[in-house]
Amino acid sequence: MIEIEHLSKYFGATCAVQDVSFTVKRGEVIGLLGPNGSGKTTIMRVLTGFFPPTAGRARVAGYDAAEQSLALRRRIGYLPENVVLYPDMRVRAFLEFCAAARRMGADRRRERIAAVIHDCGLSEVISRLIGTLSKGYRQRVGLAQALLHEPEVLILDEPTVGLDPRQIIEIRSLIRGLRGRTTVLLSTHILPEVSMTCERVVIIDRGRIVAEDTAEALTRRVEGENRTLVRVEGPLEDVRAVLSAVPGVERVEVADGVASGRTVECIAHSRSGEPVRKAIAAAVVGRGWGLIEVRPLALSLEDLFVRLVTEEEAAIDADHV
Amino acid sequence: MTFLAVLRKELASYFVSPLFYVVAAVFLCLSGYYFYTDLIFFVTFGFGMSILENFWQLLLVDLRLVMLLSIPLLTMRLFAEEKKLGTIELLLTYPIRDGELFLAKFTACAAVLAILLAGTLLYPIYVYSLQPFPWVPLIAGYLGLFLLGLSFIACGLFVSSLTENQVVAGMATIGILLLCWILSWNEAATSPELLHVLVRLSMFDHFQGFARGTIDAQDLAYFLFFVSFFSFLTLRVLESRKWRGRR
Repeated sequence: MIEIEHLSKYFGATCAVQDVSFTVKRGEVIGLLGPNGSGKTTIMRVLTGFFPPTAGRARVAGYDAAEQSLALRRRIGYLPENVVLYPDMRVRAFLEFCAAARRMGADRRRERIAAVIHDCGLSEVISRLIGTLSKGYRQRVGLAQALLHEPEVLILDEPTVGLDPRQIIEIRSLIRGLRGRTTVLLSTHILPEVSMTCERVVIIDRGRIVAEDTAEALTRRVEGENRTLVRVEGPLEDVRAVLSAVPGVERVEVADGVASGRTVECIAHSRSGEPVRKAIAAAVVGRGWGLIEVRPLALSLEDLFVRLVTEEEAAIDADHV
Repeated sequence: MTFLAVLRKELASYFVSPLFYVVAAVFLCLSGYYFYTDLIFFVTFGFGMSILENFWQLLLVDLRLVMLLSIPLLTMRLFAEEKKLGTIELLLTYPIRDGELFLAKFTACAAVLAILLAGTLLYPIYVYSLQPFPWVPLIAGYLGLFLLGLSFIACGLFVSSLTENQVVAGMATIGILLLCWILSWNEAATSPELLHVLVRLSMFDHFQGFARGTIDAQDLAYFLFFVSFFSFLTLRVLESRKWRGRR
C-alpha cells in the first residue's frame, strides 16, 4: 500500500532523509520511530504529496506522491504534527468543511461526521470554537478530520502527543481497531507506543533507517539484557567484586554520580530472564553491608538508539575493512 | 464543489473576524466623508454645471485612495495566515487543486469588495432622490472601481503567498500599489517618452476612462492582463513547493 524506494530529501544543502526504502502492506499498522529531527515528518510530508522527494520514489495506494498527488490525496487521511486548525471555526463547521472539500455527498457527510464525533469523543465540544479547545481535544479534532472519509491509508504524525494518559489509551485502541481495514503509518518517539499499536517498526535516525523489525523482535532486542541498579553502603572495590561473583551477572559498572558519603552505586548487567536481584540482595546482606536499593533499570529509547546506531556504524566499518 | 467548500470557509472567516467590520467601517466612513465634502464643493461652486464631470467623477477618483488603503488589509491574511497557523499543510494535502484554492480565496475577497462598494451605492440613490440625474455613466464608474479592486486583490494575494507575516504582506501590497499610482505623477522626473509608457502601465490612469463614464476595450484588457499576471505569479508560488529541493 505504501512503497518507498530510495527516498532522499534535501533542504538546500541539509539532508533531511537519505536513501530510505520500506514498504507497508495493506491493512498493516506500522510505526516510524525516531528522535525529534530524525526525518519522520519529512517522510510523511513526501507521502502526503506536500512536497516531492529530491530523489527516489514514494507510492501510496499505487499513486506516485509527486506525479499523481491529487489522486493520492483523495485516498489518504493525514494528521500533521502540530495540529493547528482554524481557531475561528467551530468543530462541527470545520468537519463540515473537511467533508465538503472531500466532495462527500450530503447523506454520507452526515453519517460520517456523526461517526467520527463518536469515535473521537467530540460530542461535548462540537459547537465550541477550535481556538478555545485544549491540546488534547484539538488533537482529536485533527484525528477526526483524518478519519472522516474512511481513507485507505492513514498517516499520523505523533498522534498521541499532548494527550492525557486516558486519552492516549483511547486513541491507541482506536488505531488498533483500524488494523486490517486501514493501512496506518504513524510516527512517534515513544517506544512503548510502538509495541502497543504497531505490528512493524521502522527506526530512523538522522535521516537513515537503522532498523526495521516487528514490534516483538524489537522489544526482545531491547530486553536482551537486564540491568540492575544496586545501592550499597560499603567499600566500592569490594562491592564490585562481590557483585561480579553473583551467578548470572556478566558485568558490573560503577554508576556515574556515585557515592554520597559511604554509599556506592553500581549497575549489574545480566542476561535477560535470569533472576539476579534476589542473589544480589543475599550476597550484599551476607557481607554485612547496608542494602539501600535494588531496582531493575528499563532500557530507554535513547539506549536503544545508541545501540542501534553503534551497531550500524560497526557494520559500515566492517564493510569498509 | 471543492471550490465552493473553500469559498464558504473563506467567506465565513471574513465575517467572524473583527477585521472585516473594522475595514468596512473605515471604508464607509472615509467614502462618506469624501461624498459629503465633494457634494458641498459641487453645490457651492459648481451649481448649474454637469454633475457627472464636477461631482461623480471627483468622488470616484477619491474612492481609489480609500480602496488602496483598505483592500490590502483584506488580502494580507489570505495566504500568510494559513502559513503562520500551519493550516496550509492541511489544505495542500487535501484533494484540492492549487487553482481551486486560489480561485476560492480570490472570489471570497472579490465578494467582500462587492459588499463594500454596494455600501457606497447609497450616495447616488440619495442624490437621485433629491434631484434626478443621468445615472447610466455611473455604471461604468462602478465597473472601473470593481476592476481596480480586483487588480488590487490579485496583487495582494500574490504578496500574501510570499510571506507568513500578515503585516509584511499588507504593507508591501500598499507599497507596490502606491508606487503604481505615483509612477506617472511627476513629469519633471521622467522624460516625455518614458511618461507615455508609465501612463500606459499605471492602473490608476486606466481607471480615468471609467470614471468619465466610458468603457474602453483597452482599459478592460489592461485590468484583465494585470489580474491574470499576478494570478499567474501566485499560482507559481503555490507550485514552487513542488520543485524546491529538487535536483
